[in-house]
Amino acid sequence: MGYKAKFRVWRGEGGEGRLEDFTVEVNEGEVVLDVIHRLQATQAPDLAVRWNCKAGKCGSCSMEINGKPRLGCMTRMSTFDEDETITVTPLRTFPVIKDLVTDVSFNYRKAREIPSFTPPADVKPGEYRMQQVDVERSQEFRKCIECFLCQNVCHVIRDHEENKPNFAGPRYLMRIAELDMHPYDVADRKELAQEVHGLGYCNITKCCTEVCPEHIKITDNALIPMKERVVDKKYDPLVWLGSKIFKRQR
Amino acid sequence: MTQTTAESATRKQRAQIRVRTLRTDRWWLAPAFTFAGLLLFLIYGFWAIFDKTYFADPYIAPFTSPCLATSCPEGARFLGLAPFGDWYTLPPGILILGLPGGFRLTCYYYRKAYYRSFWLSPPACAVAEPHGRYTGETRLPLILQNIHRYFFYFAVIVGLILTYDAVLALVHKPAGLGTWILVVNAALILCYTFGCHSCRHITAGRLNHFSKHPLRYRWWTLVSRLNARHQQFAWASLFSVMIADLYVRLVAKGVINFPFA
Repeated sequence: MGYKAKFRVWRGEGGEGRLEDFTVEVNEGEVVLDVIHRLQATQAPDLAVRWNCKAGKCGSCSMEINGKPRLGCMTRMSTFDEDETITVTPLRTFPVIKDLVTDVSFNYRKAREIPSFTPPADVKPGEYRMQQVDVERSQEFRKCIECFLCQNVCHVIRDHEENKPNFAGPRYLMRIAELDMHPYDVADRKELAQEVHGLGYCNITKCCTEVCPEHIKITDNALIPMKERVVDKKYDPLVWLGSKIFKRQR
Repeated sequence: MTQTTAESATRKQRAQIRVRTLRTDRWWLAPAFTFAGLLLFLIYGFWAIFDKTYFADPYIAPFTSPCLATSCPEGARFLGLAPFGDWYTLPPGILILGLPGGFRLTCYYYRKAYYRSFWLSPPACAVAEPHGRYTGETRLPLILQNIHRYFFYFAVIVGLILTYDAVLALVHKPAGLGTWILVVNAALILCYTFGCHSCRHITAGRLNHFSKHPLRYRWWTLVSRLNARHQQFAWASLFSVMIADLYVRLVAKGVINFPFA
């Protein structure tokens, strides 16, 4: 059965904008993105919203629904009360282009700053031999759909714009961890993670994990293991001594 | 509506939403419970350190074990030792509480818990923190969180000693309720300790070639299973150690004196 839902949607360009109220029809089985599209079709034809697959796999329709960073296409209307006002705003951490569309180029800049996969010089493409157990840890991180919800929710940059130059955010610290755990990657990424990409800023409050639509355990499986690897490299005298005495390799 | 160009300053701004959060759920509940739970533990711990009734043969209160001072009763001393001599006159619990305390203080789970509930950094996801500046764990004193693995080594020793205490109680008084409280407490403490993220790293997390170290990989998978429930074990062991400690003290004070105590 359909009903009329109360929506408050952020409208505006750049920093200037306001929440506008709408009453819009909702049908059984719909998600928030469906309702936003109906709003566009019936009441606000110039409402800007980024979307693509409508299946939770492209990461385009990231937005904040009742203050929570979520994918519009994966947020069922049945999770709200019918008399509830649903507030939809753009991602808070990034500049607004128009309405619900934000400029996420910060993330692409951070991605470019990470040195790519660096295999040993004596191993040629086609000669890599890896067991499944060696790669399955990093395969979890490959599930990322680049929705940037983790980047958006991380308070290090969400609440402190000034930290953006020094902090890559959970998505790219996870990328560094993925490469550092790779059996054939020889680049030293620990120093880089700590000194350039700001791993030390992370205080492991796990919001990145909470909002991840792919349920990647970003904190437990990427950020904390990476912090421990940095401790090996920078803060643990016993590991340093062991590596000197026994010439220990990973 | 006025159009702005890509280069305009307005275009480079975030949405100027003036409220701290638009969340409508009870986001404050989890940090409030965490604050209350940790505060309760701190208050109890402070009282327990200075309470002198910590031994009721064969039970020793976990907050005072291992008892290493000469003031410890004969049966309470760990392996009969009193290495600190007569000069040490403070409560014996002070000698060792820093080790499990430091382990929990620097634990990755507890860090999340107290950063959120005590320091409000942030209080909950997508709720603005009240601080004007944030440097995380990049400088003193929080950079010291990186010594967690050293506390882990000591916590293993303390955990094994608490297990030894439980086994001693089991041998001497197998039917006592206190025995089973100590056994359950020791089991939870070991599950919490060996599920630690540092332990996970030490077993094999630091390796990139699991296939070359099958035994360490096996350990890593076992620790990973415990680690997945680290939060639950953190809370369960926090309360179990408080309950076990209080129980022993109540037996020692004569408050609990039923036959199977």
